[in-house]
Amino acid sequence: MAETATKARTVRFIIERRDSPDSAPYFEEFDIPYRPNMNVISALMEIQRNPVNAKGERTKPVVWESNCLEEVCGACSMVINGKPRQACSALVDKLEWPIRLSPMKTFPVVRDLIVDRSRMFEALKRVKAWIPIDGTYDLGPGPRMPEHKRQWAYELSKCMTCGVCLEACPNVNDRSTFIGPAAISQVRLFNAHPTGAMHAHERLEALMADGGIEGCGNSQNCVRSCPKGIPLTTSIAAVNGETTRYLFRKWLTS
Amino acid sequence: MNVRSYYARKLHSLLGVFPLGLFIIEHALANYTAFEGGPEGFQRSVNFLHNLPLIFFLELFIIWLPILFHGIYGLYLAYQSDINVGRYPYARNWAFVMQRLTGLITFVFVGWHFYETRFQVMLGNVTYDELGSHMHQIASDPVHFALYAIGAIAAMFHFANGLWAFLVSWGITVGPRAQRVSARICMGIWVILSALFILSLVGFNNEEFALTAAIAAGGSVR
Repeated sequence: MAETATKARTVRFIIERRDSPDSAPYFEEFDIPYRPNMNVISALMEIQRNPVNAKGERTKPVVWESNCLEEVCGACSMVINGKPRQACSALVDKLEWPIRLSPMKTFPVVRDLIVDRSRMFEALKRVKAWIPIDGTYDLGPGPRMPEHKRQWAYELSKCMTCGVCLEACPNVNDRSTFIGPAAISQVRLFNAHPTGAMHAHERLEALMADGGIEGCGNSQNCVRSCPKGIPLTTSIAAVNGETTRYLFRKWLTS
Repeated sequence: MNVRSYYARKLHSLLGVFPLGLFIIEHALANYTAFEGGPEGFQRSVNFLHNLPLIFFLELFIIWLPILFHGIYGLYLAYQSDINVGRYPYARNWAFVMQRLTGLITFVFVGWHFYETRFQVMLGNVTYDELGSHMHQIASDPVHFALYAIGAIAAMFHFANGLWAFLVSWGITVGPRAQRVSARICMGIWVILSALFILSLVGFNNEEFALTAAIAAGGSVR
């Protein structure tokens, strides 16, 4: 990389901070020495190493969450220059400067850039996003899945519960109990699985309870925002169809 | 809400298309007779509609009750939504915001329009025979004309875009291509229905309608 001429350059970061869940948010600016190919995480690590803000004052290091650093774990989601995304795959060279970071405020903010995504994991439990295979004896191998179905189901399985779709959704807020796009897509995934399909009705019932699939208002921001390119709106419409058919089947057979 | 919101939301979606969408098409066509057939054409439409059997129950179940539920529950749904087109300025997100905004406009417009027309008939201030001249008075006032045109365009967007959302919410248009095609068709429906209502206003604006009161008084229709 022929970037030696940029040695003295710094990158300005404007970070929305908060010291505790209940305290007021404030903005703090940092000038980070520029290095080629740095990402937002490496800039945050630089602040951790040398917690001095743009005014030259020592400050509390900014806290954030991250794990995999390859956009598969979903932990480092934050709002970067106005859009929610993963900090690990947000390359400083490709971002507009100054770089603005804030937490995904759809979720409860714990501190600085750390949010509590528990509601997403609760949602997965609510819709039973798993395939029960345990029994008192060996149940043997399950039915096979057709290859064409496996191909689209694999796309849905890429969901990393990162929370970007909930952050982008105008119907996920404190006036609504909408479960959010991610869990609905997982219902489609597990209902498509030949063994998972044996419990399809339980997942549909969960989505037909309050705060379920009816909360979707079709703004379709989720599919535009998903970092894994999951066809969330296709999942939502497909599960809408599943609940509709389930509703009529239930009415007509009970 | 005590009722399970899944059912309430599904009913909201269904009512918007089935009784109310059909009523909108009926209303657009009946009004359009004012443009196509002048006062006589319009009077024929009015007479045809008011001679339908069980007209009270047709109005109650096809218009009044669905509008009340759809309108009031719709206000609650709009209240539950955030507006984030600043951050996500995508066409569908704009349609999402416009759906709620045009819903509010339609709510106010329908209330006002009901008061000006159907309610006056109920009070006996306007007879069925005088509807043409009554509408002429409304359409020939530029402010009324503009507000009615805005109300009609907003209401038709709400219907057409709502029809698109209905197809998604019931799981009929599932994939992105199907949803793109249905979006184009629905926007076509918006343009056609808006044009019908605006042409009706143009029709009512015609001086011929000023005379219908006199014709009705002298010629005694039935």
